[in-house]
Amino acid sequence: METIILFAPLVGAILCGFGWKLIGETAAQWVATSLLFLSAILSWIVFLTFDGTTENIQILRWIESGTLSTDWAIRMDRLTAIMLIVITTVSALVHLYSFGYMAHDENFKEGESYRPRFFAYLSFFTFAMLMLVTADNLVQMFFGWEGVGVASYLLIGFYYRKPSANAAAIKAFVVNRVGDFGFALGIFALYMVTDSIRFEDIFDAIPNLQGETITFLWRDWDTLNLIAFLLFIGAMGKSAQLFLHTWLPDAMEGPTPVSALIHAATMVTAGVFLVCRMSPLMEYAPAATNFIVFLGASTAFFAATVGLVQNDIKRVIAYSTCSQLGYMFVAAGLGVYSVAMFHLLTHAFFKAMLFLGAGSVIHAMHHEQDMRNYGGLRHKIPKTFWMMMIGTLAITGVGIPLLYVGFPIGFAGFVSKDAIIESAYAGTSGGYAFWMLVVAALMTSFYSWRLMFMTFYGTPRGDAHTHEHAHESPKTMLVPLYVLAVGAVFSGMVFYGPFFGSDEKVGKYFGAIDAYETTEDHALGFNLISPASAAGEETDGEHGEEEAHWPEVPGKGAIFKAPDNHVLHDAHYVPVWVKLTPFFAMLAGLALAYQMYIRRPDLPAKLAEQQRPLYNFLLNKWYFDELYNFVFVKPAFALGRILWKRGDTDTIDGGINGLAMGIIPFFTRLAGRAQSGYVFTYAFAMVLGIAALLTWVTLFGGAG
Amino acid sequence: MGNILSLTTFIPLLGAAILALLLRGDDEAAQRNAKWVALVTTIVTFVTSLFILSNFDPADTGFQMVENREWLLGLRYKMGVDGISVLFVMLTTFLMPLVIASCWDVTTRVKEYMIAFLILETLMLGVFLALDLVLFYLFFEAGLIPMFLIIGIWGGKNRIYASFKFFLYTFLGSVLMLVAMVAMFAEAGTTDIPTLMTHSFGTEDFSLLGIQIVGGMQTLLWLAFFASFAVKMPMWPVHTWLPDAHVQAPTAGSVVLAAILLKMGGYGFLRFSLPMFPVGSEVMGPLVLWLSAIAIVYTSLVALVQDDMKKLIAYSSVAHMGYVTMGIFAVNQQGIDGAIFQMLSHGFSSGALFLCVGVIYDRMHTREIDAYGGLVNRMPAYALIFMFFTMANVGLPGTSGFVGEFLTLIGIFQVNTWVAVVATSGVILSAAYALWLYRRVVMGDLIKESLKTISDMTKRERLIFAPLVAMTLLLGVYPALVLDIIGPSVNALVGNYETALATFEAATQFAAN
Repeated sequence: METIILFAPLVGAILCGFGWKLIGETAAQWVATSLLFLSAILSWIVFLTFDGTTENIQILRWIESGTLSTDWAIRMDRLTAIMLIVITTVSALVHLYSFGYMAHDENFKEGESYRPRFFAYLSFFTFAMLMLVTADNLVQMFFGWEGVGVASYLLIGFYYRKPSANAAAIKAFVVNRVGDFGFALGIFALYMVTDSIRFEDIFDAIPNLQGETITFLWRDWDTLNLIAFLLFIGAMGKSAQLFLHTWLPDAMEGPTPVSALIHAATMVTAGVFLVCRMSPLMEYAPAATNFIVFLGASTAFFAATVGLVQNDIKRVIAYSTCSQLGYMFVAAGLGVYSVAMFHLLTHAFFKAMLFLGAGSVIHAMHHEQDMRNYGGLRHKIPKTFWMMMIGTLAITGVGIPLLYVGFPIGFAGFVSKDAIIESAYAGTSGGYAFWMLVVAALMTSFYSWRLMFMTFYGTPRGDAHTHEHAHESPKTMLVPLYVLAVGAVFSGMVFYGPFFGSDEKVGKYFGAIDAYETTEDHALGFNLISPASAAGEETDGEHGEEEAHWPEVPGKGAIFKAPDNHVLHDAHYVPVWVKLTPFFAMLAGLALAYQMYIRRPDLPAKLAEQQRPLYNFLLNKWYFDELYNFVFVKPAFALGRILWKRGDTDTIDGGINGLAMGIIPFFTRLAGRAQSGYVFTYAFAMVLGIAALLTWVTLFGGAG
Repeated sequence: MGNILSLTTFIPLLGAAILALLLRGDDEAAQRNAKWVALVTTIVTFVTSLFILSNFDPADTGFQMVENREWLLGLRYKMGVDGISVLFVMLTTFLMPLVIASCWDVTTRVKEYMIAFLILETLMLGVFLALDLVLFYLFFEAGLIPMFLIIGIWGGKNRIYASFKFFLYTFLGSVLMLVAMVAMFAEAGTTDIPTLMTHSFGTEDFSLLGIQIVGGMQTLLWLAFFASFAVKMPMWPVHTWLPDAHVQAPTAGSVVLAAILLKMGGYGFLRFSLPMFPVGSEVMGPLVLWLSAIAIVYTSLVALVQDDMKKLIAYSSVAHMGYVTMGIFAVNQQGIDGAIFQMLSHGFSSGALFLCVGVIYDRMHTREIDAYGGLVNRMPAYALIFMFFTMANVGLPGTSGFVGEFLTLIGIFQVNTWVAVVATSGVILSAAYALWLYRRVVMGDLIKESLKTISDMTKRERLIFAPLVAMTLLLGVYPALVLDIIGPSVNALVGNYETALATFEAATQFAAN
């Protein structure tokens, strides 16, 4: 079944991409889409019937050289199962959505067949992403990792006539390669110390590597910290974390369904997945995980500040994604992998929904993306409005604080984001990461409501004609929104138990602790409200619940938690004010946005005028692009030119070869006179050589 | 089938003889006949070579299907294959029919052109199969002549300059190698390669012109061979002949040059340098590693700023060969497996990239990148193929390019992390230059008036690319096809190398005591 899930999208991509001329455009699109729905349905079946036991399915041999041995193989565990439903569900919905969104595209001329290509790319992306999450070894994961990179490159550059799209595509690929550079080095180092690149072998070997050192470049390093750090560089690239984030906003050049699927719900979360997948390593790499927490928190803050002032609706959401990924990394870095996955899951639903909603707005507004030209759209496109509203309620974290009925009551983002913030408090004793995330939560609320208010409220701005013709999107675009809305509303509450419930419940869910109870509720994959554990989790501030015994060594289940890691447990017993803080941050952001964009729409402009340098700093994204251009891109080209002209032409050809270069014209003249005489010169020289050798051989005894 | 190796080697020569002696005239019919004869000959050669492959036993790490005959002047004619050479033979026979097919539109001196390629094929096969020094040298050097002719007669405007540069570089290298060969014969008393591989050449340090030579005779011999193979590879800093040669060579010439001729250098390192001069290799290894690492970064940066498509791809070839030399001199299983794999893979992908340039050169007669732009609008199939090989070139996993790069890098990481880091940064640069090229040529709107009528690939062109695409994918997804064959031989090579070194070190210890 897993094999079908994995390969159905590939088959779809091939049939759609190469077969559309035979079966027609529409049929090709349907083939790709229905194969993805097949994948999605099977994924849900797998997910719901999965019992937490790790399984390996071998498909084909791959790279084998000496002790290095890699197969194409599937590793099925809880992490994989979660990713399967996220990827296939969102992808299937995005396929469906694209029927409407891509129906008429002004970037293409009449009669150009771009739709099958689009669907084929989408399906191919899904395949690569599935390869990434089902890999049972790091190299196969790297295959998926770079595969999604290519798919992303192709889709960002989908509007190949637009120079900006082409530039963004290259930027995405190259910046990701910087990350891949670290990832690859991490793989090499892991192979060197464990003699394997299979997860199982690596996980088994890791406890024995504690305290070992490895010589890398100029000094010795703690092996596990170094490897964890190198792998995380890969994650930084893919998940657009600070310093390697610059490609993500530009990636918005791609069609909006692409942004929803690749640059919000799935591909960009690969880095988080990698850190969670490598939890046995991360647990023993405290320095590296501290760095992950620090960088995640900083990214969450940084991206949120930039999101405050962007005017392009998609860029706002892009920075929001960047920021939310920071949240996930904080959780993963703190060792609460289940919480990181929790937010990954809920975020996939509400962020995909926000993007698809934005797509619906853009569709309605004839590809206008500047929010300054929106306004008052809630009457024109009410369905889209309500869907966006749900997405906003989810991302800003609306819910009822402190109420607990076996799970908290609130939208998806409320449950999962608060889980991260509480973990951050527990894990850092209220340090840097906690406060960064709280401030980011405030800003998240502000920019999300700003987006809502600028788009749907107030008076219509911009081209009147466009506003007049604004129209609700077709069913194919709205249905995916409805489905995602269900996820955005309920996924937090439904999945609270297995992801952020009691220590024991999480342990069982991820297969680290054996399920000794009746297997019936595990047949569902998650237990909703089991009264016993719910009682233990009453938020009365007492450590009423016994901490479960996770395995002492890695290897069992999908995630590993070192015996001294109590963050998950402690997060349930943070002070009440900590639990309330994100809620009030959200309210503050909402109030601020309401004040600035509904009550006093003139305020933002004035504020921008007053704080011009700060405003420009944020608007220009902290000048990262300019900086990188100045420090890396330009020097690379300049250096290339110097090496070519000064190095190759002047020094090597001119210097080392100076004598020869003097001779060439002479020979050339000679050759000019005697037609192709130079060949004979050479032949003569060679024959001379052979003759010399032969003479030697014959004179001094025959051959052996 | 006792002489299957000779048969395979000389079938192309037979084809060339038939063309030279029997074909008359230069009209269209004669030209067509010449092409057909050449094509059929190369296909027959390929089919024959399949028998070599099917008879080959990977588990046997010695030479197989050996032919050993008396030859003139007391010399011996000795041929054989092992796991190192057999796939280079296959690469050659596989690519030659495609090369011939790619020059279907040539109209100048077609008969001679075909003869040149057929002779070249014989000589290239001979290099990979010869098991006698003299025979090897003969094939190795003679192979340059047809290549000269191909560049010099059918090449571009600056062909004389390019071919002379080629000549001087390779000639100087070869002279040193010849001297070394004579010295080897003087010491070992034989020119038999398998015997020489088991011979231990002197390793006592001595001083020459006031310089202390560590590793003694072996180091000197190693250096002499290095001179020849480094130029052939080509390694930085003796690489500058290659971009010029490529730019001037006709498409088919470039394909052969990049896909097969460059591999002779790598093959030479594996056949001579490592097994015959292990101590020399160990002494000089770090130098090679650093030259390789520099080559990867240096030539990638230079590739970034080229405005001639062929030059760009030529520089990228040099960078890719950097991985090869690095892998070879990592001297471990992954490194050498990776190096051989990289050479084979590069044979397909760089050959295909030069063919890609050829496709549009045939239409527009320019290699200037600026002359193009927006080709995807009129040439979607071409855009797809070009994209595919661009990705193979940047080492995307799933294509054969990845396996070689990955293995060489994982091999070198265990030996020297500095070199590994510098070399790995090449993956960033390769993405930059390759995609930047692709963007300028293929992407964008089609604005240039001259391109408005350009036509997509013909059926013949597609047929040429099809096998290359298939091989690139096949080896990328199932590299065991190659690794199973080369693995045991490489394992033996590495084992012998380590034994030789251990012996040497024990001896030095003993001497020191």
